[in-house]
Amino acid sequence: MAQIFHRSTNTISKLMIYGLVFILGALAYLVYAVNQSPYFTDVNVPRQQPVPFSHKHHVTDDGIDCRYCHTSVEQSSYAGVPATHICMSCHSKLWLNSAMLEPVRASYASNASLEWTRVNALPDFVYFDHSIHVSKGIGCTTCHGPIGEMPLTWRANTLYMRWCIDCHKHPERSVRRREDVFRADYVAPPDQLALGRRLVKEYKIKDPKQLTDCYTCHR
Amino acid sequence: MGRKEKGRSTFDLVQIQAKLEQAPEKRFWRGLEELAGTPEYRNFLQCEFPHDPRQDEKGVSRRDALKWMAASAALAGLTACTKLPTEKIVPYAQQRPENFVPGKPLFYATAMPLGGYATGLLVESHMGRPTKVEGNPSHPASLGAADVFAQASVLTLYDPDRAQVVIYDGRIGSWSTFLTSAEQYRADLLLRKGAGLRILTGTVTSPTLADQINSLLAQFPQAKWHQHEPCNRDSTREGAKLAFGEYVSTVYHFDQADVVVSLDADFLGSGPGALRHAHDFSERRRVTSPQSSMNRLYVVESTPTITGAMADHRLPLRAGDVEAFARALAEGLGVKTGAVAAAVPARVPPDWIPALVRDLEKHRGACIIVAGEQQPPVVHALAHAINDVLASAGKTVTYTGPVEANPVNQSTSLGELVADIQAGQVDTLVILGVNPVYSAPADVHFVQNLLKVRTRIHLSLYDDETAELCHWHVPEAHYLEAWSDARAYDGTVSILQPLISPLYDGKSAHEVLAVLAGQEGLSGHDIVRDYWQRQKPAAGFEAFWQRSLNDGVVAGTALPAKPVKLSGTFATQAAKVGGSQGAGMEIVLRLDPTVWDGSFANNGWLQELPKPLTKLTWDNAALVSPATALKLGVTNGDVLKLRSREQEVDAPVWITPGHADDSLTVHLGYGRRRAGRVGTGVGFNAYKLCASERPWVSRVEVQKTGKNYQLVTTQHHHIMGKEGEEVEEESVAARQRSLVRVATLEKFRQEPDFAREEGGEKAPSLYPGYKYDGNAWGMAIDLNSCIGCNACVVACQSENNIPVVGKDQVARGREMHWIRVDTYFHGGLQNPETYNEVVLCMQCENAPCEYVCPVAATVHSPEGLNEMIYNRCVGTRYCSNNCPYKVRRFNFYLYADWKTPSLEPLRNPDVTVRSRGVMEKCTYCVQRINAAKIAAEKEDREVGDGEIVTACQQTCPTQAIVFGNINDPNSRVAKLKAQSRNYGLLTDLNTRPRTTYLAKLRNPNPEIKE
Repeated sequence: MAQIFHRSTNTISKLMIYGLVFILGALAYLVYAVNQSPYFTDVNVPRQQPVPFSHKHHVTDDGIDCRYCHTSVEQSSYAGVPATHICMSCHSKLWLNSAMLEPVRASYASNASLEWTRVNALPDFVYFDHSIHVSKGIGCTTCHGPIGEMPLTWRANTLYMRWCIDCHKHPERSVRRREDVFRADYVAPPDQLALGRRLVKEYKIKDPKQLTDCYTCHR
Repeated sequence: MGRKEKGRSTFDLVQIQAKLEQAPEKRFWRGLEELAGTPEYRNFLQCEFPHDPRQDEKGVSRRDALKWMAASAALAGLTACTKLPTEKIVPYAQQRPENFVPGKPLFYATAMPLGGYATGLLVESHMGRPTKVEGNPSHPASLGAADVFAQASVLTLYDPDRAQVVIYDGRIGSWSTFLTSAEQYRADLLLRKGAGLRILTGTVTSPTLADQINSLLAQFPQAKWHQHEPCNRDSTREGAKLAFGEYVSTVYHFDQADVVVSLDADFLGSGPGALRHAHDFSERRRVTSPQSSMNRLYVVESTPTITGAMADHRLPLRAGDVEAFARALAEGLGVKTGAVAAAVPARVPPDWIPALVRDLEKHRGACIIVAGEQQPPVVHALAHAINDVLASAGKTVTYTGPVEANPVNQSTSLGELVADIQAGQVDTLVILGVNPVYSAPADVHFVQNLLKVRTRIHLSLYDDETAELCHWHVPEAHYLEAWSDARAYDGTVSILQPLISPLYDGKSAHEVLAVLAGQEGLSGHDIVRDYWQRQKPAAGFEAFWQRSLNDGVVAGTALPAKPVKLSGTFATQAAKVGGSQGAGMEIVLRLDPTVWDGSFANNGWLQELPKPLTKLTWDNAALVSPATALKLGVTNGDVLKLRSREQEVDAPVWITPGHADDSLTVHLGYGRRRAGRVGTGVGFNAYKLCASERPWVSRVEVQKTGKNYQLVTTQHHHIMGKEGEEVEEESVAARQRSLVRVATLEKFRQEPDFAREEGGEKAPSLYPGYKYDGNAWGMAIDLNSCIGCNACVVACQSENNIPVVGKDQVARGREMHWIRVDTYFHGGLQNPETYNEVVLCMQCENAPCEYVCPVAATVHSPEGLNEMIYNRCVGTRYCSNNCPYKVRRFNFYLYADWKTPSLEPLRNPDVTVRSRGVMEKCTYCVQRINAAKIAAEKEDREVGDGEIVTACQQTCPTQAIVFGNINDPNSRVAKLKAQSRNYGLLTDLNTRPRTTYLAKLRNPNPEIKE
């Protein structure tokens, strides 16, 4: 009986079998890459806002403390986005005629809220609490990145669960002195690990078993 | 014994009774289905969720199609990740309100009026939205507890079916057109000095409202004020008048009573002051050691109630026979009742009354006799007389001037209104907050007469039956939306402050009355504040006002005790009004324990709440005793035609162990025609059987119709039992497993360890144990205190965003309540002892659920909680299948309402709203645990005992539930668990439950043999 398949079929089928593994691998990588890409995570993507608010200007140039605007960060789960009233506490005196600030003045005059676009978002089944992080020595920039250098605000980290858990497993890598928490220009010292271990003890930060417990964030 | 007949199961009562008699002392049983071993019962016993969800879809093709669609969709969304949608942040424009911290709830004191009487509340507000109701610890009627109605009232606030617009003549009108017309009516009425004006309200205790009505009547001297509360308290009022010659309010001090006798009174479950009664009563049953003492409760009642379930001696007696019993008791104690040798009803065992008399005389000055609302005035008067002769008056029972602003006989009041209408003397009728078209007794023919009135103005929360027949309907502001004031059972005034501005532009009764009085434009706030300003000196008023709002009570407004004297003519009076009904079948009409008088009919939480003892949901029924059912030849669900006072209704039968024979109980509040999407057409309307004279008890003729109706009960759901256990041989909920442990006080004194487990609670386990270094959360539930009032169930529902599933789904065993009240009976069908046991997640240390989850969605926390992680759950239901306590609940469908906008603000933002296909269960209110832990850690301290209070614990009127850290030997919960009465459920499975129970004690009178 004559051969049905040509000899080259062997090569082709080998290629296909190995190729399939490769293709699946590539697909998986593609999925992973998309999942990690700024397209998906919004990391490093500046968001358009009704007023082009610059943290760089207010924090670095003017030296305004985070808590001047984010008033509830030490008391509540929400750091709090400032009421127009807080903007106007300066801007009723400064840049009175700036066109850029027109929406702020309009909001204040008409008592209609400014609608900011959320930059840092977590899913609804995650219960993050700002106040406890701040009081345990986790700085603003640990999660929000170099906020003092952002002309428009962007998300600095993925805020994925793996990213959260990394820190909950090794808090000593990120914890800083309480007095440094609100410093936007803070740079971790070279002996961070030693400092971190000391502070974890001093601030009675729970052990990783407790910190990575599901109910810490989910309920 | 159980058999299937024409698609429904039935059982043989004679055989059940015989079976119980064979081994009476052994058996605890859950219900007749269990005793009979009906197929349904077996099904529920053997399967966690007996109904195969695949049968939900009729026709296979649709499901298959969906399957393929789902598979394709899953492939399409290969990453199983979604990009979070872009959200907006909308901060305040102007300065934030005072004390406002986003993310932190605020609590405001207010009060809920129910039947006119106030219960003080603290209402939790998240970012301006009231989400949860708690009791106000400084309010005398609450002491921190809230009942099912208060807990569920927040759902009514957000009910999308509430009246939303002013309606004139069936068309949408507006408040301003109403004002214009009201101006006209007013001008007309002024000319006539108010002739033709009638105002109809419910019971009024509000000083401001009473003041407004009185000043309106001063303006319009010919106008009249009538009162109609659907379930009025005329018997109580007239009973006091009969005894003392005047209307007085009675205040009971159960914390000082050694012996309590209830004459058909459900004083723990309903009526003004019930929460306080429950609190005080249970204080006298708190047993800490064998030396502790307990009060003793005797209950004579027709319908089994939660009060009856707490009784040390309960006697089922036809409501009509209670009067004879009361007379015999009174005579025995030396009260002259005027009757010629009162005949003791035949059903009373001969040793009962003499023993009771001796017990009461032994505890002179420390007794309370309390009569129920269903009983005629003479029984109330007899109770007063007995309290008087036992020297309890002034000690355990005190009297005050009337709490109501204008106490009248409300049946007469409504009758007079109708008579005036018939005489053509009424042309403007203003109905404030009541629904008489639905609830008026049939014999006053309210509807025909209402239609004769030229101008009918109605204010109510819903566009209801009365609104339909009125020219004007004005949407009423909910009590959480309006300013008002009201008195508690002891007279203490609370000022009601709104938590939110009216969602639908509703108006309060104050505002409508102000319009009629020509003070249009006056806000509710101004009206209430003005009134109080007139009562108090100007100096310091602001401080007084702020203090009263802050505390939720106006200091010093409790009515002073008033000395009363039994009227001299009592004996002759009592003889005249006496005369109990003879033999034959009687019907007893009662307020419903969940939908009340019908005003909560559209509240899904309350509709789905299993009623105490019967565990019926979504329906009312004709409750009969097993013997009566046998006599009538009916079984559960058989429809009877009830004919009473020339009216007829069809009612399905529900056989209720412990019900009095030849008596039939029907709960009011159902059969609403215009309640809303939830309540319309649910059950049957029993108000038709009411009459103005003796409204609640009457003779009834009963006829079988041959029809059958599906009643749904949760009594045989979630049964804890051994798998494959033969139901025939040994009751499941029973002896071997000792789910309920009970002893008499006598036995407890001799054998304090009676509830202790034989064999170790710490049997070896294959799994390595956990170490709990810090906190270890645990709970203790004192069965001796729990009265089974259901408040915890609704509190949990409100706190944890638990959805309502509907009657059809409840029938399949899919109700979602995280906490349930199991009822067990012990003894024969005639008069079983009844035990309530609250069951929630046991938070086992060796949790069977944790081992079987394939995706680790339920795991153990370092503090000993069994965590349920919704976002991880894929819905295998293995955990629930493996849970011996049956406390896990599965979202078979998207039960949570994600669509109705008005329900969104209702939800607790600290708890995830679960989706379809997700398992859920009690978490010990982990949101509260976390909040307290964060607060403590920020202050660098440990969480203190009592700082974390679970929702069920907080609302419990008897403080039967205690939560805390069992690693701290000084915590309340650790001390309770150290008591000898402490035991766990199903500990033979080595689950090591964190929730444990304190065994129930009874304090029977040794002289009474049962």
